[in-house]
Amino acid sequence: MSEVKYSKQHEWVSVEGDIATVGITKHATEQLGDIVFAEVPDAGKVLAGGEVSSTVESVKAASDVYTPISGEITEGNAAIVADPALVNQDPEGAGWFFKIKITNQSELATLMSKADYEKFVEENPS
Amino acid sequence: MSNLKTALFDFHKANGAKLAIFAKYDMPIQYPLGILKEHVHTRTKVSLGDVSHMGIFSITGDEETCKQLEQIIPIDLSLLKLNQSKYSFLMNDKGGIDDDLIVTKVENGVSIVLNAGCKHNDIKQIKSVFTKPAEFVLHDELSLIAVQGPKAVSILEGFIPGVSELKFMNGGSFSFKDKSVYVTRSGYTGEDGFEVSIANEFAQEFCETLLTNKDVAMIGLGARDSLRLEAGLPLYGHDLNSEISPIEADLVFGITKHRRETCDFIGGSVVKDHLTNGIKKRRVGIQPEGTIIARENAKIFKGDKEVGLVTSGGFGPSMNAPVAMGYMNFDCSEVGTSVELEVRGKKHPAKVCLLPFYKKSYVK
Repeated sequence: MSEVKYSKQHEWVSVEGDIATVGITKHATEQLGDIVFAEVPDAGKVLAGGEVSSTVESVKAASDVYTPISGEITEGNAAIVADPALVNQDPEGAGWFFKIKITNQSELATLMSKADYEKFVEENPS
Repeated sequence: MSNLKTALFDFHKANGAKLAIFAKYDMPIQYPLGILKEHVHTRTKVSLGDVSHMGIFSITGDEETCKQLEQIIPIDLSLLKLNQSKYSFLMNDKGGIDDDLIVTKVENGVSIVLNAGCKHNDIKQIKSVFTKPAEFVLHDELSLIAVQGPKAVSILEGFIPGVSELKFMNGGSFSFKDKSVYVTRSGYTGEDGFEVSIANEFAQEFCETLLTNKDVAMIGLGARDSLRLEAGLPLYGHDLNSEISPIEADLVFGITKHRRETCDFIGGSVVKDHLTNGIKKRRVGIQPEGTIIARENAKIFKGDKEVGLVTSGGFGPSMNAPVAMGYMNFDCSEVGTSVELEVRGKKHPAKVCLLPFYKKSYVK
């Protein structure tokens, strides 16, 4: 089991080899409320760290999902497109957004550990 | 300046509501149940919504005095029975809608429910047409609680005996635990239901008492928004504004029939022109064909030509699909017209459709 890291934009990143799986955190889903629409990037799309990768919408509003790291998308999660509620049900598991082939491993060092992220959330309530 | 609060502010907070500013009020947007479940709860059971930010404004005076109101609200008070309500508008001299409102004929005058963001300006405008003196009161001492849903009648009857006798858009004075309340059978969710005005000091007790029935849940403004959108009901400041006439808004029913002929009210010449010569734009329903949600300000295209704008849009939980309403150039506004909605730079297919998306029969 690889270590999961977190971004300030409330994404989580789980790395295995040179592939990272990215989703939004449980905290993010709680802030968004019921998710009713999810869009994921197509395989082959090249993104720089911090760029908008996809969109998630609650009843209230649309929000951007960023990629915390640079790379090429290898897969978008079709399951959340078909059933957006999966993101609420299992945000850090079945509700993942995309897999990305990492081009710059050093970017991972800029992300937070779980403990640091929890502290960050506590210090920056919505 | 701090935000305004309704009498239920502490109650909302204590019950875990997420609050946000709406029309300068700190209002509950959602409860822990969440917008989706609050919406479905209202469609299947019964919900309570605090709408005390809206203005309950009364005008006391004899019939002749109150009739002055007809200069600015295009109804005929003489056609309203005692305790009967009518949906209408506060008109401006451009034929636009300064507010949409509900007028109820009460003992010794009328009572009007005004939108929160408009109420103070509305009152100025209303007073300005009165040359004969009347007594005007904005009832800040009253809370207004919407009890909405298919079980509203059976549950509310248990706490306020007699309300089940009310017909849609009719009201009356009743008692809740010996306290006097005014109840109308109305709402803005597309469901059967009631709006209860009750003294601020008893508002919380009213909610707590109803919540002892497990079919009752609190809802916030988020669910109220998706409910009214599915029901095709316009929201002032979004789907209606001071530049849009009742004819363009497809709300001609808010003008009493014979007054559509005389058009003898403020802005009447514009309304007459719209009725006689037609309109350039019209409010319609828009049904996106996929799952993409088009929200307020999404542009509507036919081919390369921009032909309209979404004024309200979101996900319709009871339709399990996105829904929208907006204004279309009249020549593209026919039901069934294929259009495209621009969302995040891409165009997505949609069709002009009839409103409402969700239809429920009211108890008449």
